[in-house]
Amino acid sequence: MNARAVLGRLIGVVPTLIITWTVVFGAMRLVPGDPVLLMLQGTPVSDAAMAAARAKLGVDQPLVVQYVEFLAGAVQGDFGDSFRSRLPVTQLIAGEFPYTLHLALGGLLVGVVLGVSLGVIAGVRPDGWIDTLCMTLALGGLSLPSFWIAMLLIQVFATMLGWVPVLGTGLNALILPSISLGLFIAGGLARLIRNSIIEVMGQDYIRTARAKGLPEFLVIGKHAMRNAMIPPLTLLGIQFATLIGGAVVTETVFARPGIGRLLVLAVLEKDFPVVQGVVALTTAAYVLINVAVDIATGIIDPRVEA
Amino acid sequence: MLGTPGAVAGGVVILAVLVLAVLAPFVAPYDWNATSQCRRLAPMSAAHWFGCDLFGRDLLSRVMVGARYSLGLGISTVVISLVFGATLGVVIAYSGGQVDRLGVRVIDALLCFPPIILAILIVAVLGVGLWNAALAVGISGIPRFARITRAVTLSLTAREFVEAARAIGASSRRVVLRHLLPNLAPILIVLTTLDLGSAVLFTATLSFLGLGAQPPTPEWGAMLNAGREYVRYAPWTMVFPGLALFLTVMAVNLVGDRLSAVLDPRQRSRR
Repeated sequence: MNARAVLGRLIGVVPTLIITWTVVFGAMRLVPGDPVLLMLQGTPVSDAAMAAARAKLGVDQPLVVQYVEFLAGAVQGDFGDSFRSRLPVTQLIAGEFPYTLHLALGGLLVGVVLGVSLGVIAGVRPDGWIDTLCMTLALGGLSLPSFWIAMLLIQVFATMLGWVPVLGTGLNALILPSISLGLFIAGGLARLIRNSIIEVMGQDYIRTARAKGLPEFLVIGKHAMRNAMIPPLTLLGIQFATLIGGAVVTETVFARPGIGRLLVLAVLEKDFPVVQGVVALTTAAYVLINVAVDIATGIIDPRVEA
Repeated sequence: MLGTPGAVAGGVVILAVLVLAVLAPFVAPYDWNATSQCRRLAPMSAAHWFGCDLFGRDLLSRVMVGARYSLGLGISTVVISLVFGATLGVVIAYSGGQVDRLGVRVIDALLCFPPIILAILIVAVLGVGLWNAALAVGISGIPRFARITRAVTLSLTAREFVEAARAIGASSRRVVLRHLLPNLAPILIVLTTLDLGSAVLFTATLSFLGLGAQPPTPEWGAMLNAGREYVRYAPWTMVFPGLALFLTVMAVNLVGDRLSAVLDPRQRSRR
């Protein structure tokens, strides 16, 4: 992928971001009720104070002006202040972000280790009983309600056995959330890797490796796995959506701080600037990660066309 | 057509859940909403197989009636995604030109929302509630269906039988209904079943987060949410609704997988 193609990809991000942010802006304007009353959350105030609040929120401006100001703010990372805490939304998100990042990394680790193992074991000998077992397990991972498995894990490993703390933000307290998030990712990943391995195992270079007398574990470990990992890697960007969605649930069950918890609470408390900010930023992150993965794949694998 | 043991088991479970959804009020041992049927948080016993919840309601009865919500809501959400998504996909593909280009742009942008985030955004607009959550999950699936329907429609319209139909003067309506739709059907069936599992899971997730079904509705996700505080003392309040949800989603996924292997030609070489 040459510099021109990379630049093209990056420029393509702009209209996508504008459309997604327009959807977020539009959605928030569709919310029934006066935003000023929502901001004041029931506290009675004078008409003058209402007018001041209205001016501060900018809702006295025409919709077009509001829209342009929203986009201008969004580009600079300014999504206004939370109705509830009156803190800037960006500051709130920045404060929660590290916790979600730790959880996402933990979940990804568990997911990749489990998913790759299941996928490779299944794909090396397709259509046998081992394959069926592994793929049924993978489908089980995809079908498990993550909030349920999280509650079961807490019940068994924290409450009954007392191996790990239920609450907290230390490394110990990260184990169970990572497992419950990782199981879902593992399910999808295992299915991808299995298909990828099956395709690779039919290639000429595998036959060559076998023909020169290489032991099977080296054929699989050195030749098959390396090549089979490329297609699932390109989908790593998509996994971000799963991670964020999973974080929303996992953070709620484990009462962990984080972006997902922030979003759910904001919806329940009708704290719309926070909803707007979290949705706009996670979507932007998703778009950018996918473009980055795209570009990286183009550089790593020269067969991928720009 | 089911063939594999997994798909057969899945089919049996789906059938059982469907029967339960219809017959629950008649076969449930107790009234699902009557409190004080037994001691609060009473454990499993011969009289109450699944134990009792915080309000002394029989959990078995609640799980049985809950089948109505989970499967019913899941099916409604997928129907919303299917009907609107497929229509949108066919319309933009068939219109072509600027409409298609703009449509694809918007669909691609909407696909950039992580699905659960989009659903939560829609709930934020519509307000919290059972049907709003289902509507939100349904709407958030529309871009996915539209995207695939458009791609398949485009490849179909390039085929000879569509050209031939047009050449003999068939109207657009006739071409779409008589020629495109029957050929789209297998892919749409596969997509719908594959989506149903995650739709059931999604809707239950929203209820669990407190954004969907509200107490005392015996929806499985909402039941898990309600039992959360007392899990330590009464694990059965969490085990059974979750197990029911897991088995239903797994069954739907097993059948969906098999259907896609049978009906989707692109999958045939795999399994």
